[in-house]
Amino acid sequence: MAATDTSLRTEAEITARVKALEALLIEKGVMTTAAVDRMAEIYENEVGPQLGAKVVARAWTDPEFKARLLDDASAACAEMGIGGLQGEEMVVLENTEKVHNIIVCTLCSCYPWPVLGLPPNWYKMPQYRSRIVRDPRGVLAQDFGFVIPDDVEIRVWDSSSELRYWVMPRRPEGTDGMTAEQLEPLVTRNSMIGVGPAAAPAA
Amino acid sequence: MNGVFDLGGTDGLGPVVVEENEPVFHAEWEKAAFAMFASSFRAGLFGVDQFRHAIELMDPAEYLLSNYYEHWAHAVQYYAEKQGLIDAAELAERTQYYLDNPDAPLPEREDPELLEFCDLAVKHGAPANRESGKVAAFKVGDLVTVADDSPIGHTRKARYVRGRTGVITGAHGTFIYPDSAGNGHGDAPEHLYTVRFTAKELWGEDVADPNGASYFDVWEPYLTLAENQGAH
Repeated sequence: MAATDTSLRTEAEITARVKALEALLIEKGVMTTAAVDRMAEIYENEVGPQLGAKVVARAWTDPEFKARLLDDASAACAEMGIGGLQGEEMVVLENTEKVHNIIVCTLCSCYPWPVLGLPPNWYKMPQYRSRIVRDPRGVLAQDFGFVIPDDVEIRVWDSSSELRYWVMPRRPEGTDGMTAEQLEPLVTRNSMIGVGPAAAPAA
Repeated sequence: MNGVFDLGGTDGLGPVVVEENEPVFHAEWEKAAFAMFASSFRAGLFGVDQFRHAIELMDPAEYLLSNYYEHWAHAVQYYAEKQGLIDAAELAERTQYYLDNPDAPLPEREDPELLEFCDLAVKHGAPANRESGKVAAFKVGDLVTVADDSPIGHTRKARYVRGRTGVITGAHGTFIYPDSAGNGHGDAPEHLYTVRFTAKELWGEDVADPNGASYFDVWEPYLTLAENQGAH
């Protein structure tokens, strides 16, 4: 890389540079525009946090499934046809009254794609990755407005290997009797990262 | 290697900025940069650990300031050049062409097998666990210390756990060893463990959350048995 590359590029420059790289890789037989469209289609419309929500909602309502999920998350998700790239070895962490789990990847941006889709920008940015391990309670309170009581243990899981951690949030109050399908919309992406609670049911 | 990408515990980087209703991709070029990963992996340009290492080798100022998918494009470019598939002058020339002609079309090529590969890769993934005859040196419950050294090339031994002592809470069998694979020396599988470090052990009593812990996955060569077994 030339020294001039240290300056931030304009959007037009980035666009031209990536397009040029794409063009050369197409000519060299590495990629195609159809592959770009297909990969984007998958992660925009097929694979996203709605899948993780389906798994959590089932675990909230099916104790036997929950036990299997906590024992081997990849196998339990496979029962529901959910799994694949960046979820080969998934581990689900259960939040309780006494333990709150949070996931991060301090070295890069590892994330359980099959259940949460591609990560949001803040998960990949230096601010979250640097601070969440050192001051998790502070980051949740200050940056996410999510206060964890002092008597609750905070566990931060750094995704430093190919194991892919994600969080089963606590089932919200006032949801007794709701079906898994009714519970799914309450399971948010942030709650499965551990930076927010599951949503409360509509009054 | 020691670098800015190794962010755990770094101070002064500011607040987390959360974008409401964030789209999966913010621009068309992000889709292309994302798809380059699977396509280039299939073409044998790199493995996952090598891909990460190329990102680590970015100029540190650029790493901190650039868009995430620029990191991916950088890594693809790094290996495409290294393998002689493209050269820097050719890329610069083509970049200028698209800057001058932003609406110029991309070359056309069909590759149905690549589309099949994308579908299969997304569905089945690329597992990193590898069979090995190696016997695990440690077990769940062992108190272990992470080596306090600074490897030159790729490693997953983050600085904030180096020299720290914690308890093994998970033993997962053998996985590709990033310190070998990421530096282009093959899978060389090693046992992988999850280690629990108290916040106090990582950050010191004065600043640590008294009721906090971090869990970090480590490969066996990073670890030695701690001397005070049973003390924790």
